[in-house]
Amino acid sequence: MLIARVIGEVVATRKHASHEGLKLLVVQPLNLDGTERGDAVVAADSVDAGLGDRVLLTLEGFSAMSAVGRLQTPIEMAVIGVVDTVELKG
Amino acid sequence: MYLGRVVGRVWSTVKNQNLTGQRLLVVQPVTPELKDTGRRIICTDATGAGAGELIYWTRAREASFAYLPEEVVTDATITGIVDELHIKRAAAGETKC
Repeated sequence: MLIARVIGEVVATRKHASHEGLKLLVVQPLNLDGTERGDAVVAADSVDAGLGDRVLLTLEGFSAMSAVGRLQTPIEMAVIGVVDTVELKG
Repeated sequence: MYLGRVVGRVWSTVKNQNLTGQRLLVVQPVTPELKDTGRRIICTDATGAGAGELIYWTRAREASFAYLPEEVVTDATITGIVDELHIKRAAAGETKC
């Protein structure tokens, strides 16, 4: 999993049937120091995250599909938590 | 899923039978600010996307799930056509984790 920042939302009317009713967030993966880690991606939302939230992002299909309750669908990324704090030691 | 723009099309006559009837599109990955990023990739299409359209695509094993119960041999599929992107990045000074 990665920590990411919600930076936007995708509006798409023509899409795969299994994506109907999903909230699709644009999230920017972050390093632990808060800097950007690669390009932003599109992830299904399972926790009702909002713009600016720091979230937990899974990049693995099964967990992403499970999180939104849609198994066997073309979803490989999902927001599965809103991060309150991260504590680093050493 | 990743954002991208359709920039071309691949024609293939001889191909695996599980690709029969699939449109193969060339996709340029883009950032939320619509700048090109990374290298182009070939995607199957589950949406009817056309040249120049902004789309999002799904990578890996899940790409073939778009066609179930058909077992299409693909590792990248266009799964949506983007109408609008609402982007608001934080101002300078990202909060530290």
